[in-house]
Amino acid sequence: MDLLRFFTAGNVDDGKSTLIGRLLYDSNSISTDIIETLTRQSKTTGVNTDIDLALLTDGLRAEREQGITIDVAYKYFSTDKRKFIIADTPGHIQYTRNMFTGASNANLAIILVDARNGITDQTKRHTIISSILGIPHVLVCINKMDLVDYSEEKYTQIENEYLTFAKQLNLKDIAFIPASALAGDNVVTKSDNMTWYKGKPLLEFLETVEIAEAKQTDVSRFQVQYVIRPQTDELHDYRGFAGRVVSGTYKKGQKVTVLPSGIETVIDKIEVNQQEVDVAETNTPVVLHLKDDVDISRGNSIVPSEHLPKTEKEVTATICWMDNAAYIPGQKILLQQNSFRTKAVVKEVISKIDIHSFKALDSDGAMKLNDICKVLIKTAEPISFDSYLDNRNSGSFILINENTNNTIAAGTID
Amino acid sequence: MKNKDYLDELEAEAIYILREVAGQFDRPALLFSGGKDSICLVHLALKAFRPGKFPFPLVHVDTGHNFEEAITYRDNLAKKIDEKLIVRYVEDTIKAKKLQDGKGKFPSRNGLQTYTLLDVIEEFEFDACIGGARRDEEKARAKERIFSVRDEFGQWDPKMQRPELWNIYNGKINKGENVRVFPISNWTELDVWNYIKRENIELPSIYFTHERECILTENGQLMNTNEFVQREDSDVIVTKKVRYRTVGDMTCTAAVESEAYTVDDIIAELKEAKISERGATRMDDRVSEAAMEDRKKGGYF
Repeated sequence: MDLLRFFTAGNVDDGKSTLIGRLLYDSNSISTDIIETLTRQSKTTGVNTDIDLALLTDGLRAEREQGITIDVAYKYFSTDKRKFIIADTPGHIQYTRNMFTGASNANLAIILVDARNGITDQTKRHTIISSILGIPHVLVCINKMDLVDYSEEKYTQIENEYLTFAKQLNLKDIAFIPASALAGDNVVTKSDNMTWYKGKPLLEFLETVEIAEAKQTDVSRFQVQYVIRPQTDELHDYRGFAGRVVSGTYKKGQKVTVLPSGIETVIDKIEVNQQEVDVAETNTPVVLHLKDDVDISRGNSIVPSEHLPKTEKEVTATICWMDNAAYIPGQKILLQQNSFRTKAVVKEVISKIDIHSFKALDSDGAMKLNDICKVLIKTAEPISFDSYLDNRNSGSFILINENTNNTIAAGTID
Repeated sequence: MKNKDYLDELEAEAIYILREVAGQFDRPALLFSGGKDSICLVHLALKAFRPGKFPFPLVHVDTGHNFEEAITYRDNLAKKIDEKLIVRYVEDTIKAKKLQDGKGKFPSRNGLQTYTLLDVIEEFEFDACIGGARRDEEKARAKERIFSVRDEFGQWDPKMQRPELWNIYNGKINKGENVRVFPISNWTELDVWNYIKRENIELPSIYFTHERECILTENGQLMNTNEFVQREDSDVIVTKKVRYRTVGDMTCTAAVESEAYTVDDIIAELKEAKISERGATRMDDRVSEAAMEDRKKGGYF
């Protein structure tokens, strides 16, 4: 059984929380005590049905009071075929940063469209963010079909409009499903009201879609998280570099380069849970041992000598500003890329991306909450990176305010 | 690339997070209760750090109302893996701070353990505390970050959470603050059991079915009879075959009727279970809709 992480983008108005509630409810993933609580709650705050399924995902008091989703909520369910992790993200423009957050780990996006309204600014925004974050699969769920008399014509019109818009973007795989979350059409079971739709209902689609790792190359990448040095009598010389194989594979005897120092050496031994292995594959937690006694610390990369990432003190990136406080030119920041952290500064705000048209607008140098900008960042230490489109792990970073320690931006490297 | 089993993915994520704690903090701690979730954390830490020692001690806040089986298990485990165990007692905090002990028929020390926890954090200046909380347990937890920053009073502010993206964890804090870290955030109760099965992890015996004398409460919960519970003549006493789904305090954790002798039996039972883990066993979450959110804001784990 494998694991699919997906996120849902849309508003309560689009029926997003209802859709998730429906998936959980109809796949028997909700316990009776929680249904009881919901029924009780629905009587006081619920808006539409006997059980307001939206209340399932709105976990914070303020969200229940205001009837909106503010923060990313994670939900879990599984069927016989797959385990699913849902990042339920808010749709309003003022929560763009939360959507960015929920989408960052996802392999699939469900973008909800209200069949009555068709493609809106919000649909475009969610699609553009999915494109920037390199989400491998986008599923456009055209919801509330019951309110447009299950019209095939309406559905096709929205589908065409969406494809025209998406052409300019960087999306590999787009699928469409007509549904009604409230009525349950094409969510778990195929709808009798839309016999013209020949595809799968949502749950079956999610169970069977082939999970493509987000635009991952086979190039091997590894960053040191922690150095294991037992310093006991029998393990006196043991010095292992603990980390995760971020992409590709690592082999015993492989020629590698340590970055940023550039020193070349050979992998002497690979351990997984104290067992020696010859090959370690992507996403395996390993301990690497090197032939030479090289000075290596946390955040250094160990990479195949024939496929080096770029190692520079300047990167051009697309960032989403996430702090309530606007960017102050010259502000001292830290850049963190997985386990690597360095002082940095934004040297130039090159352009601001229009979140509804994907056009690069002239920048006045300002960045405020939810802005998406192209920037040039200068780092104190050299950073080893790949383009985000080639490698989601070595091409992503966050920016941290040195005073407040808050995460103030997230970036994808060009 | 071939698809890996989802347990491999969850395990890799948890080990990655544990190593991030080791790399980012000066004085971390692993909060250990003797329950299945923290037992899994210890198992994951062994995979993350052996042959080295853990870069953190195990810390237990002992309410004095714990099950003996869990305490024995805790002490044996610490000895077996040869790691440091720090125990602090709620009883001592109550005396030192002249606090009011839990009242009522089933006196809970759930709120009181927050004082002891904050004290032990201050005593050892822990800057990160690793815990076994999972997002599927409760809907306020479903919104909490894996690295969850607490202010110097241990408080969680759900509206001021740091964005958490990709596999990048920001553990930068100011002096006095600390971070609660939840490596198995993305695991469900069933995932934990499937992992226990796969890894052949030993557990305290109360997780498996046994005969026990219980008080049958008005809302149908089976509460252990013990010296802390106020017995009344009107109590309905029953002896049933039960097991515990969670191992919390004896006074506020209910047993569930069960025929599960093995981990396989438990997994089969859970697949059929219609009641959530906390709903089945915790009296404290029933108080109000936002009970967990409020306790977390006050420094609770």
